[in-house]
Amino acid sequence: MLVLGIETSTPQTSVALGTESGILASISVATGKPNHEVVLPSIQHLLRETRVSMGQVGGIAVGLGPGLFTSMRVGIATAKTLAQVLSLPIVGLGSLDILAYGVRFGRRLICAIIDARRGEVFFAFYRPVPGGVARETDFRLGAPEALQAELVARPEDILLVGNGAVAYRRVLEEAGSHVEFASPAFAHPQAAALVELAVPRFAREDFDRLFDLSPYYLRKADAEIAWDRRRRGA
Amino acid sequence: MRVLGIETSCDETAVAVVEDGRKVLANLLASQAHLHERFGGVVPEIAARAHLENLNPLLAMALSEAGISFAQVDAVAVTVGPGLVGALLVGMAAAKAVALALDVPFIGVNHLEGHIYANVLEHGPIEEPYVAFVVSGGHTMLVYAPEPHRYELLGQTLDDAAGEAFDKVARFMGLGFPGGPAIDRLARKGNPRAIRFPRAALERGFDFSLSGLKTAVVRYVRQARARGEEVDLADLAASFQEAVVEVQVEKTVAAALERGVRKVLLGGGVVANTRLRELMAERTARHGLELLVPPPELCTDNAAMIACAGYYRLHRGERTDLSVGASATLPLG
Ligand SMILES: [Zn+2]
Repeated sequence: MLVLGIETSTPQTSVALGTESGILASISVATGKPNHEVVLPSIQHLLRETRVSMGQVGGIAVGLGPGLFTSMRVGIATAKTLAQVLSLPIVGLGSLDILAYGVRFGRRLICAIIDARRGEVFFAFYRPVPGGVARETDFRLGAPEALQAELVARPEDILLVGNGAVAYRRVLEEAGSHVEFASPAFAHPQAAALVELAVPRFAREDFDRLFDLSPYYLRKADAEIAWDRRRRGA
Repeated sequence: MRVLGIETSCDETAVAVVEDGRKVLANLLASQAHLHERFGGVVPEIAARAHLENLNPLLAMALSEAGISFAQVDAVAVTVGPGLVGALLVGMAAAKAVALALDVPFIGVNHLEGHIYANVLEHGPIEEPYVAFVVSGGHTMLVYAPEPHRYELLGQTLDDAAGEAFDKVARFMGLGFPGGPAIDRLARKGNPRAIRFPRAALERGFDFSLSGLKTAVVRYVRQARARGEEVDLADLAASFQEAVVEVQVEKTVAAALERGVRKVLLGGGVVANTRLRELMAERTARHGLELLVPPPELCTDNAAMIACAGYYRLHRGERTDLSVGASATLPLG
């Protein structure tokens, strides 16, 4: 089955087409135009170059973050609406999972880190397993210093991946020599990895309910944070 | 031609299906007012989150109400500004996806042109030239339209939009949110001549300013209370409303006369105000001007007006590229 993957949780826009037997094509644009200007033209380009029509696509996969609020919403609104209009099944996956899956070829523990802006990062820990990775923690939000402390507390070899690892390299490398950084080429979650991860879910019909699919925000809107603070009298 | 319209510029998620720019097959809204109420105004991030949650179910409901399937949608129109960018982008992403999935034309529409075209939905095609006054919670704008889809901005608010001023004064008076309908209701029981509030904005061309009036209302109440006098809230509401509306009507009529047009169009949520409609009808009639007003449900933000404006632009062969971005301050024209 042909799956279209859309991932826009970071400043990168990534789209890919793939099947059980591999990735047919992918486009990733990590800088310049914002996600919302790139995502639809990129899908059009992908279809044109592979000579695939939208009607041949059998499923939509989408990255659900955590990540940049406006960016993730663009990808998720695009994916949900494509699925709705074409009556296609949809599968959503965490963008940290996608990030960790991209660097699964080893024995080390993996820490996937997405820049949450405002001096914070989204992160989670993963253990490589045959054919993929197994997430060991929830998706979390915290200061790089807090993550550094957590890395110190885990004395085994750890591979750090993601644009959050790139942005806060200086803080995070102080955790010790057991910490190593993946190449910046893996800094953003790739739609190709998303498609690979989604294909087995489509195969076992483990779809998401379209109307219920929403991003992992992990952080409230500023106005709500201020409101909660006032209510607590802080 | 059936146009699917999507509008998410502020705090209403709206989807509509309009046939041939006139026949409204569906016009649905998911209001978020309850989510923003405790903050005393629209919170952009909360609005964007709610749009993403509401939009797809609303699309399904709109098509079902219109009695059509997606395959029977011939084009897609969406608001691309002005408005809250994060909110606009949700509607735009969905609209672009519909256009791609169905391989149908896509058109971006200016929200303010949508408010003007609410009149076309109600009255049919309107020949230019005309003067339009768009007034709502977010905008106060006087424009001259010399020909189709061309607009010249004559005046706008220098501070608060009218709806915003109504909300603020209503909150000050303890009338709750939204303030427009509350003041309108209360004013019907009051005397609009009881308190003479300033109409200073009258001197400044076609622009509007309400900050002085707002301050005058607050000062009036404080001084009355300091003197130990009871303030008649109905008189206060009626006098405040009269001061707002009188300036709006005089400027609109003056603009129509200056440009030598015969038609005046209204649009925007504040057009629901009883006194504005009444005084505008009276003054335009006095000068032999034709007044066009949309019904209340088409005055407030909706997607039918976007589908309608989009239809007429598509009809001229216009198309918008799927790479289009949102604009918070998109100018009309
Ligand atoms: Zn409006």
